[in-house]
Amino acid sequence: MSGSMRRTSVPPGPEARAGLTLRGVRIAIRAHVLIPALDLDIGPGECVTIMGRSGAGKSTLLAYIAGTMEPAFSAAGQVAIDGVDVTGLAPEQRRIGILFQDDLLFPHLSVGENLAFGLPASLRGIPARREAVERALAEAELAGFARRDPATLSGGQRARVALMRTLLAAPRALLLDEPFNKLDAQLRHDFRRFVFDHATERGLPILLVTHDVADATAAGGRTMTLEA
Amino acid sequence: MRAWRRASIVAWVTWMLASVFAPGVSVAVEPAQNWSDITRKARGQTVNFNAWAGDEKTNAFIAWVGEQIAKRFGVMVNHVKLRDTSEAVTRVVAEKAAGRDRDGTVDLVWINGPNFLALREEGLLFGPFAAMLPNYRYVDTTNVRSNLVDFTVPVDGYESPWRRAQIVFVYDGERVTEPPRSVPALLAWAKAHPGRTTHPNVRNFLGSTFLKQALYELVPDPEVLQRPPTDASFASVTAPLWAWYDALRPTLWRRGEQFPDNGPAQRQLMNDGEIDLMVSFNPAEAAVALSAGQLPDSVRTVVFDKGTIGNTSFVAIPYNAANKEGAMIVADFLLEPATQAHAQDFRQMGNITVLDLAKLTAAERAPFDALPRNPALPTSAELRRTLLEPHPTWMTRITAEWERRYTK
Amino acid sequence: MDDPHHGRVGAAVHEVTRARGGVLRLAPALTVAVFLLPIGAGLIGTALPAFGYLPAIGGRAFGIAPWRELFASPGIATAVRTTVVTGIAATLVSVALALGFCAVAHGRRWTRRIGGMLAPILATPHAAVAIGFAFVVAPSGWIARALSPWLTGWALPPDIATVGHASGWPLVLCLVAKETPYLILMIAGALHQVPAARHLGIARMLGYGVTEAWLKVILPQIYPQIRLPILAVLAFSLSVVDVALILGPSNPPTLAVLAVRWFGDADIANYFPGAAAACLLFAIVVGAMMAWVALEHAGEAVGRRWIARGTRSGAASIGARAAFAMTIALCAGSALAIVGMSIWSFAAQWRFPDALPGSLTLGNWSRLWASLAVPVATTLALALAATLIALLLVVCCLENESRTHRRAGDRALWILYVPLLVPQIAFLFGAQVLLVSTGLDGTFGAVVWAHLIFVLPYLFLSLADPWRALDPRYARSATSLGATPLELLLRIKLPLLMGPVLIACAVAFAVSVGQYLPTLFAGSGRVATLTTDAVTLSAGADRRVIGVYALLQAALPCCAYLLAVALPAWRMAHRRARWT
Repeated sequence: MSGSMRRTSVPPGPEARAGLTLRGVRIAIRAHVLIPALDLDIGPGECVTIMGRSGAGKSTLLAYIAGTMEPAFSAAGQVAIDGVDVTGLAPEQRRIGILFQDDLLFPHLSVGENLAFGLPASLRGIPARREAVERALAEAELAGFARRDPATLSGGQRARVALMRTLLAAPRALLLDEPFNKLDAQLRHDFRRFVFDHATERGLPILLVTHDVADATAAGGRTMTLEA
Repeated sequence: MRAWRRASIVAWVTWMLASVFAPGVSVAVEPAQNWSDITRKARGQTVNFNAWAGDEKTNAFIAWVGEQIAKRFGVMVNHVKLRDTSEAVTRVVAEKAAGRDRDGTVDLVWINGPNFLALREEGLLFGPFAAMLPNYRYVDTTNVRSNLVDFTVPVDGYESPWRRAQIVFVYDGERVTEPPRSVPALLAWAKAHPGRTTHPNVRNFLGSTFLKQALYELVPDPEVLQRPPTDASFASVTAPLWAWYDALRPTLWRRGEQFPDNGPAQRQLMNDGEIDLMVSFNPAEAAVALSAGQLPDSVRTVVFDKGTIGNTSFVAIPYNAANKEGAMIVADFLLEPATQAHAQDFRQMGNITVLDLAKLTAAERAPFDALPRNPALPTSAELRRTLLEPHPTWMTRITAEWERRYTK
Repeated sequence: MDDPHHGRVGAAVHEVTRARGGVLRLAPALTVAVFLLPIGAGLIGTALPAFGYLPAIGGRAFGIAPWRELFASPGIATAVRTTVVTGIAATLVSVALALGFCAVAHGRRWTRRIGGMLAPILATPHAAVAIGFAFVVAPSGWIARALSPWLTGWALPPDIATVGHASGWPLVLCLVAKETPYLILMIAGALHQVPAARHLGIARMLGYGVTEAWLKVILPQIYPQIRLPILAVLAFSLSVVDVALILGPSNPPTLAVLAVRWFGDADIANYFPGAAAACLLFAIVVGAMMAWVALEHAGEAVGRRWIARGTRSGAASIGARAAFAMTIALCAGSALAIVGMSIWSFAAQWRFPDALPGSLTLGNWSRLWASLAVPVATTLALALAATLIALLLVVCCLENESRTHRRAGDRALWILYVPLLVPQIAFLFGAQVLLVSTGLDGTFGAVVWAHLIFVLPYLFLSLADPWRALDPRYARSATSLGATPLELLLRIKLPLLMGPVLIACAVAFAVSVGQYLPTLFAGSGRVATLTTDAVTLSAGADRRVIGVYALLQAALPCCAYLLAVALPAWRMAHRRARWT
């Protein structure tokens, strides 16, 4: 579901850059314009924070970039990753990862199966896949949790698993839609650290949406505010 | 027509249980012997005429009969619609078991064959009354043996005839130039035209009569069919039938693996163009269906040269009927020449009359002469060649043997 | 009154009901009693004759003679095989098609429109669709007529077996055509219980196509909720009678048809093997359901391995798309079936190979008008009575739930599904014996009650979710304004839920119109409805007459649905008009 938007497939021009690029992104709902025109370049490993009050269109912007925007909104503008225009592509083809404030781990799969869900199909063979899952669990300090039911994990643990699952799919950009909201202060701090460390380690451009200034500060990158 | 006999079980069960509570009263009522007395007593009565209701034309005819009788005799006729005649039989049996010897709920019943036998054997019929009916003198008792012998059981006046049926074959004249006129010829025709003829499932009375008809021509001495079969006689007598049928079956519609459930289903197949030749118990079926648009205009009827099975339908009065006089009025009216002619009109029912036209005066014969002609109707000469129904046990055994052989 | 016991009993009941929240508290017990008791009693009433015990018709000795007769009857092995194969095939295919359809259609813009097209197919009784199907697929039927003779070269219908084919494929096809929309509806209902949109979003972001994601992420989560409807489809497909009579093989037929045939046989002695056949069918259904539940585990294991492989868009997506296309084709076929019979009802003469009748006429309708009056009136009266009684019971149950704040759990759901899981013929046999012994068989009340058993579950299932989802703040604000519970029910809840209530009533109405066996058994053949007459006539009456009956059968529930949708809309427009 991409809503209504102009599908302009612009081939990578001389301005093609690595990272996440937005050109002339405009989002409106009926007559009300949420975002008039947005140009943004996020380099690999860089984090840009977008702040604003609720209803300002932050989540909608993320949805547009991800390709899952509701049809009620109308939008235009180009989205490019590593110089490749992804505006006309279906969400599953964009290789963009997204984290929500709900971990949204699939309840019918174990922790290990949730993680394996993110592994690309090109990694064949049960042993190889199991090893990749174990490595991810170790990174998340959840070694041995592969067979656990996600419902038995604490909020912080689930959040870490959600991030690892997203990272295992080898995305080229990372969108964060207020992912720290449901965590208490200490967990928030730890998880923030966890996310930024892993994302920058992989050289991913990050776009963070939040209403908490502390998140923006911890991100350490540019901050933009959307007017409501 | 689907034979739902379950209502009969229900009535049986209900009355068997009710018999525990109902007090038994046994008083036999003798009706007056004089016809004008009967007519006088009948006035104001309501006759419960139990009759099979599976055909809309017959229902309409019975309704017409009711109107006429009400006008002329002041007798009301209530058509109790049955899905199967055995329902009425069961009701009378149950009433007898409950000790209800008068004021029975069944006054008149359209009946023949095994059902008649059942009531007759138990002494559940009023009579003999047929000879008392003024119009009975017109009945053909010389040429049409089935007016006197009902499935090998002598009638003896315990039931009064009112309509006849006879096996005929209906074919599409446009596609069939030379219809078969005998049972072996039928096999030859079917071999030449595979898949273009069939018969109803043998569980249906028309299907089993088809086999009985074939048996008549294939057996050296048909008289043996008037007596019940023994195990030995059944095997030897029916051997030629199964041989003939085994040769016929692969040439039937759907290679004899599927059969239409009943006569109307078969007729629909002919109308759809799936078959060209079919068996029927109603000589006027082609004419009736043609005028109703249920069969193409080219349908014609053929009767086999050696004669075909025919039977008579009667009306009988149970011993405990509440309105015997009214019932006799109805039975008599059914035998009136004008009524029989009206029934024979293929636009009404297309019935064959049970009367001997030679016994009628010119004036009484006039309604018959005025009947509309139809090319699909067989001639009355053709219909003279009737064969008597075999003993009922032949039918049950043939049906069971057919199922055993061909239901896999 | 003077009877001292009467006063005491009355006082005791009053105490009980007052202490336990009023008469409403009896509603769930009463509702369950309405159908659980008869089903239980009916099963016993069928099992006893199966072992030879039915004193009313002379069976006093227990024994296995009926079973010996059953297994000795010609073609019994084929009948059982046909039953099992067609029943399981129909279930598997309709489940596969429904899942594939939902996987492809999820979240698409046109989903709602297609959903609207499914409603008439759901509303039309099985018998009407079967009759229409019989015409469409017959070698002299509509498809053949449309293609002949220009494509096929047939001047006469070919001698190919379709309707009544020994394998039963037309039977399976018709069952699938009717059951797939039903399952789709059940799946759509189950989707509300799961955060489908968000999970699908996540899966898509991980690279999975919508179809693949739906099958891997949503299906496992909703399966527990659709298990009962699937089992109901399984039970129905194994034990259906009217569709099997019309489309199934007849020599030998399926086991259910065999049982009904024996039950109605002229020879009363065949009642016992008939009851044995009904018991055998019950055993087959129970066995099939247990096998299905056992296979679920195997299915789960296979599913997990498939998910673990991580394919983003593979054979499953292709299969789902094929299933989607087949579902659309089947729905079109069902629509064709009804349209075909409607055309027949206005046809004067329609011979092969004309694609359309040569001439149209209103004669069929005018001829049948008089004889249709009784079946139509009976059908309407039965449906209205059953619907209203069921509505009363369901509203009382749901209201009781709201007041006591106790939701009926899973066990209640299984109880509700019992009439749909037990094959009708297995307990209707026995129920009829009971009715006869109390002398109530053949009465209007008995048939209403028989319909009620099947109407109640559907009405409850349709109304429960909207009722429970009603914002509790309405109730709270009304109570704080001083409304009594009764006022709250009548003046707030029911008007707010008018739409869902009417839809639920339309569902119940459609279910009642389509009932065949209950009318036949409880009515002892004396109560004639459109469906019983249509099935009887389908055996061979003039197709124009059948067309009239089929069209009426389809039209009545569809009108009920139209009313259910139009009334609230009219009321809304009317209200808006008053204020402008």
